[in-house]
This record gives sequence, C-alpha cells and structure tokens, in this order.
Amino acid sequence: MPFPNAVKRGIPLALVVALIVLPVIDPTSQVMLMLALAKGLAVLGVIVLLQAGQVSFGHALYFAVAAYTAAFVGKATGGGEIIVTLLAGVLAAAVVSVVVGIFVVRYRHIFFGMLNLAVSMIFFSFLEKFYFITGGSDGLSVARPTVLGLSLERGAFEGVLYYGTLGLSLVALFLTHRFLSSPIGQMLRAIKTNEVRLEYLGVSPRSVLLVGYVVSAVLCGLGGALMATAQGIVTPEYAWWIRSGEFVFIAILGGAGSVSGAFAGAFVYEAVKTYAAAFAADIWQMILGTVLLLVILFAPTGLVGLYRSAVTRGDDIDAGAPDRRKREAVS
Amino acid sequence: MSGAVLLEAKDLEIRFGGVVAASGINIKIHEGRKLAIIGPNGAGKTTFLNMCTGYLKPQAGHILFNGQDVTGIAPRKLVRKGVARAFQIPQLFAEHTVIENLLMAGTAEARNWAPLTPIERVTQRAQMEHLLDLTKCSDLAQRSVSELPEGQRKLVDIALALALKPRLLFMDEPTSGVASSEKFEILDIIAGALEEARVTPVFVEHDMGIVDRFADEVAVWNRGEVLFRGAPDEVLNHPDVIRDVIGEEL
Repeated sequence: MPFPNAVKRGIPLALVVALIVLPVIDPTSQVMLMLALAKGLAVLGVIVLLQAGQVSFGHALYFAVAAYTAAFVGKATGGGEIIVTLLAGVLAAAVVSVVVGIFVVRYRHIFFGMLNLAVSMIFFSFLEKFYFITGGSDGLSVARPTVLGLSLERGAFEGVLYYGTLGLSLVALFLTHRFLSSPIGQMLRAIKTNEVRLEYLGVSPRSVLLVGYVVSAVLCGLGGALMATAQGIVTPEYAWWIRSGEFVFIAILGGAGSVSGAFAGAFVYEAVKTYAAAFAADIWQMILGTVLLLVILFAPTGLVGLYRSAVTRGDDIDAGAPDRRKREAVS
Repeated sequence: MSGAVLLEAKDLEIRFGGVVAASGINIKIHEGRKLAIIGPNGAGKTTFLNMCTGYLKPQAGHILFNGQDVTGIAPRKLVRKGVARAFQIPQLFAEHTVIENLLMAGTAEARNWAPLTPIERVTQRAQMEHLLDLTKCSDLAQRSVSELPEGQRKLVDIALALALKPRLLFMDEPTSGVASSEKFEILDIIAGALEEARVTPVFVEHDMGIVDRFADEVAVWNRGEVLFRGAPDEVLNHPDVIRDVIGEEL
C-alpha cells in the first residue's frame, strides 16, 4: 500500500515540528539535540565531499579551527557577540580550507583521506603542545556571548542557541541541496565518475573539488563554532582523528548520498550514544559499532535510504522512476 | 584547399620507450574540410589526437591553433580556445541523465556556475535541447547515459563536444562499437550535426566505407609518419595504401 504524497511531504515537516516541540516537552533532551545539530552540520560538510567520491578523515580540523577561533574572539572581546564569534569561526575555517585545499585536491581517494588526517593531527598536536596559547589539553573556556547585544541568562541563552542552530541547520540543508543540484554541484558529482571528460569540457576538476572542499569546511566550521558556544569549552579533542572518524561514521549511518542523511545520522548517533552510555556505560561503543555494522550490511544507503524505500514501497515503477530517484538522491 | 589553416602540426615527435609514435609529423588542417586519418594499428593516429587535444605533450615540435602556439597546454585550455574531442569509448558522466550531461557542458562553455540554481533550470537548457534535436537524442533526454546502447552513447558524446561550440573537433573512431547496420545512420546524424554547428572534424577511422562516404581528405599514417594525403578516391586506391593499410580493394 503506497503512502499518499501528502503523507510523504508531511513526514519531514513533522520531524521539524518535533525538533521544535521536544525541548519544551522534555528539556533534558535539548543538550543532546543541540549536539546532534552541530555534528549534523559538520557531517553535511563531509557529505558534500562524498558526492565527489572523496572521504576526508581529517575534517575535524575545520570543526576545531572554527571552535578555537570563536573561543579566541570571545576571549578577546569579553564574551563577544554570537554573530561575530560564529562568523569569525566560519571565516577562519574557510581561509584554512583554501590553503590546505589547494594542496589536498591534487590527490584522490586514500591519499586524499590520509592527507586530511595528517593535517588535522598536526593541528591537534599544535593545540596540545602550545598550551600557553591554546590551553593545552585543558582547552579554553568559551565565554557566553551576547545575542544581538543582549546578555542572556544561561537557560534563555541555551534556548536561543538551540532554536538558532535549528534554523541555521535548515538553511544550511536547503542551501547545500541547491548547491549540489547546481551546475558546479553536479560537476562535483562528476569527479567521481569521469574526471577526464570534465577536463575536456574546459573545467578544472581540481578547482571544482576545491570549491566543494571549501563549502564542506565552512559547514564543518559552523558546526564546530556552534558546538564550542553550546559546550562553553574547546579542547584539542575537537581536532582529534576520532572526531573526524565520527563524522564519516554518521554520514554512512545517515546515508552518504543524501544531505538529509547528515542530520538523520546525527540524531540517531547522539541518541544511541546518550542512552547507551546512560544504560550500558561499559558497552556503548560496542552498541554503536553494531548499529553501524547492521546499517552497512542491511541498509547500505543509510537511514535515509531505509526511509525512502519504506515510503516509496508500492509505488509504480515506471520508466522514469530510476532517474527520478537519482535526482532526489541529494535531497 | 578551401578554408584557412585552423591547426598546424610542425615536426611533432614523441616516443614511448623504444616505440616511435610520432616522427616529424607535419600537417595542416583547413577549416571546413573533413579530414580522415587512417593507418594500421600502432601507426600513431590516436597519439596524434592526444597531442593535438592536450592529453600528451610532444617531445619536439609545435602545434599551432589559429596561428597561436598551443603545444602541450592543458585540455581544458584548448577547449576554451575552440578545440573539442569525442572519444573512441564515449566519455560520459555515468550517474547523470543525458540532459544533465549536456547541461554540464553548456554551463561549462558559458562559465555559468550558478551555485544555487538547479542545473535543469539554467539558461543554457534551450540550446542543449536543440543539440539533442540535432543529434536525434531528444527522446533520450531523461535517460541515464549508463542505460544507453553504444551508438546512442556515441551521439551523446558528440553532442557534449558540440555544446562547447568548438571550431575543430577531433573524433576517435566515431562509429566503433556500433552495429554495422547502424554505422551509416549514426554517421549521417553526426555529419548533419557538424555541418549545422559549422565545426571542422578530424577523425580517426578504420572503416574505409565510412572514410569514403564522409571525408573530404584522407591522411595516411604509418609508424608515426604521414605517408600520404589527398582526396579519398585518390588515397584509397593508391597501391601502397591498399597493401599496407586496407589490405584489399574497396
């Protein structure tokens, strides 16, 4: 029995409404949802690169660069204004990604992945060793910034930050979807299938990948700056390789071919992590690993793929259906 | 010879180890003249195409396009100057539909990156649909290129090249892999599209029937050298060409 179109369109809307209402019904869930949104933004960045068939094992670099920049700007301005600290973090991630990107976009596949990892680990070491600047392994505290000039109490600030992050995530989701649907986004996807033809269209595949790389770093940076603001502290762990691996893990869990997979994966990941840690403190990593194994074995298109196959089950498969599904794959 | 010299190769040389793939190649390609390149396997025909389209850099010699030295410059830069290429094995974007392939080419040519406009809504769409009309691929627009038979893939490959608005198009065996019964039909479609787009074609071909039907001139390659050049009936009936290249009379 196929789902009516109104139901298919209504499900994503219902999920957004749930994200708005849930912290009101259960205030304890807000922290978990906030972390999921921040990580979802970073995973969205990883998914942009996955469209080109490239996996970065070092995108925590941009998460950390933006987080530390937000912390430094906040410290230098006595807390600062949230718009300024977030913009500064994102800008720093963009600038660093241009410099690193010019170098790494010359490589593909495992070399691309490992070079990103290497750069992120250099930054991790810098954060650990230059403690007089970065606070070393203790990290830096992030002062609570003002919001449009207003100093808010903790509860109000966290509420504003959560709903602001939700809004930013929806905007980022929409813009990333439009970017990947655009000519340059389609060329990014074409890197995966035929770089030679791309070159013979008069396009530099390296330049296209660099654009995708910077977009992906900006998204990671936004996630990192929001995470730092929410947690009130940044540590070198933001740049650690496990953080980068976590982003790739969530992308696969949610569905690497889909922008909505970033947030689907992030919410399930954070929920499993939070509740598994609470109820099975010694084996929560094993539970997460098992979830990922099951997804890879039985749902290689991730949670979004599972959702799509559930809602389209029973639909007529006409001649245009495969193409239609493919076009929808980035939505 | 009609038409100005569009491309000139001067003393081109390239070796792969001990194999000489080009040894003092000198040839002029004139605008508006369809040039066929024939020769036995390993004669250096595709190597010549690779050098002229920037895939290989000659070890000696020069390539002039429209009077400008373009020796060894990257394919993407040559494309922007007006040199396009279609491949023996069609080079398409396998995960995209036919119209998406064309739209990527059209937006690349127009340098229209439009980072937030869905590709199906770009302003080049009408031009690309016209190209699909020209290459008789309109019915395939929404099909994934990976589903198409070889003949149609060849036509889409040519359409991609034409979307770049080239002056000169190199084609490597445009009908190879196509069923014998469809070769002339495909060739006629290609010829019509090239004529309408006012593109000068240079093509490598093993099928002498196609050379005879389509080419204005024929150049014969062997061991990295140009042995003969002339009108098809003159070259294809030359005893040395029959002996070394064709193997039997037409």
